[in-house]
Amino acid sequence: MCLGIPGELIAFHDDPPDLATVDVSGVRRKINIALLAEEELRPGDWVLVHVGFAMSRISESEARAVLDFLEEMGPAYDDELAALRDSARDSARDEGELLALRDSMRAGLNPDDLRALRD
Amino acid sequence: MRYVDEYRDAGKARALAARIAGLCEPGRTYRLMEVCGGHTHTIYKHGLEDHLPEAVELVHGPGCPVCVIPMGRVDDAIAIAAEPDVIMTSFGDMMRVPGGNGSFLDAKAAGADIRMVYSPLDALKIARAEPDRRVVFMGIGFETTAPSTAMTVKRAAAEGLANFSVFCNHVMIIPAIKAILDSPDLRLDGFLGPGHVSTVIGCRPYEFIARDHGRPLVCAGFEPLDVLQAVYLAMRQLAEGRAEVENQYARVVPWDGNPVALRAIGEVMEPRPYFEWRGLGIISHSALRMRDTYAQHDAERIFDLPGVRVADPKACQCGEVLKGVLKPWECKVFGTACTPETPIGTCMVSSEGACAAYYNFGRFSRERFRETSAP
Repeated sequence: MCLGIPGELIAFHDDPPDLATVDVSGVRRKINIALLAEEELRPGDWVLVHVGFAMSRISESEARAVLDFLEEMGPAYDDELAALRDSARDSARDEGELLALRDSMRAGLNPDDLRALRD
Repeated sequence: MRYVDEYRDAGKARALAARIAGLCEPGRTYRLMEVCGGHTHTIYKHGLEDHLPEAVELVHGPGCPVCVIPMGRVDDAIAIAAEPDVIMTSFGDMMRVPGGNGSFLDAKAAGADIRMVYSPLDALKIARAEPDRRVVFMGIGFETTAPSTAMTVKRAAAEGLANFSVFCNHVMIIPAIKAILDSPDLRLDGFLGPGHVSTVIGCRPYEFIARDHGRPLVCAGFEPLDVLQAVYLAMRQLAEGRAEVENQYARVVPWDGNPVALRAIGEVMEPRPYFEWRGLGIISHSALRMRDTYAQHDAERIFDLPGVRVADPKACQCGEVLKGVLKPWECKVFGTACTPETPIGTCMVSSEGACAAYYNFGRFSRERFRETSAP
């Protein structure tokens, strides 16, 4: 949690904004990149990810060094990576739901109405 | 993996250790505190203490946010989780931290709906999916995780997710270092600054340590050579009579930190007048709470909390370990009553805690060292 996990930026998503897909040790998930708004990020760049948010941009060699360090930490990193993997699985499932939420917000419905609709 | 070996070269490590030894004044001892649990881990794992001259001692600091959560706050969180319509969400690190009446895991076994999440955004997802339940996120961590919690709260507010709130236990590293510097029972000559916390806060906030306390601080990376090089830089300052903030980890830590992240924290949270730290006691302006603007997402205002201060178990000496007064193996219950499987104190719960790191790695290298150096 306190140590960031390096991820490689794969693709950016404008919609919803501030999201990017990263590859973390072979696990792909969407993370929030709003906190790096002042950096010019490109696919192939590496970032340190803390609990789902990219917090700083790093070089590839640094990314390898941090990954190596984390892998050595054993259980702590395994747990975090497992949590990330599980959460990535959920993200895929929830994507449809997010899109529905976005579309309805565009259509001018407020979230309470949406909830009523879903119930 | 050429780049990694670069930070591990045994020849370079020996050369650095020799240069460090060359900086020691005869008859003087040096105590340097590594603030971050990640550094503690590297030090034990690679037996770095064995490479350093005897006059240089590394002291483990309070840099593990799980370790410093007092028992009373765990009890408060469990009281929230016990409400029938509540889903409590938390990072996995927090699950085994004991309160006065057990841990999240115990409460979960007793029927509370407590779920592990990887990110506060995952907690937000649960809130969207379960509009009839009140979803509470247990916000813990230093400045590395506080911006994520803040961004998530802003998102919840923007979406009008009234069933999402945060139980805010975020803490700040600078007041903790201040408290340690003011502690009368501890003499320190300098600090190794945390790596990833500093990516957010930058190096500037440490300047008071050099200016007001005359101690060097060197922000350090996590590889063995990073730590040794940071020790060398701090020792060189001491030898030359300087006290400055230096950045050994400039390849990751920008001098000014991450301004966007700092703004996010400041927009959503404000310093509490005071907060209790396990082991360090009550420290003023050392933790964050939600601003009035976000009152509707503040679990502390939504729920009635017991708010009872619970003293740490008598046998537990986490306080002394967190302040660096005791080494893990000097604690009365270390490795006997208190192990990673059945932790009494928080330093043994979290893998970033000094006791767990020492239990898992350090004691072996220490024993090895003793065997090889025995006549």
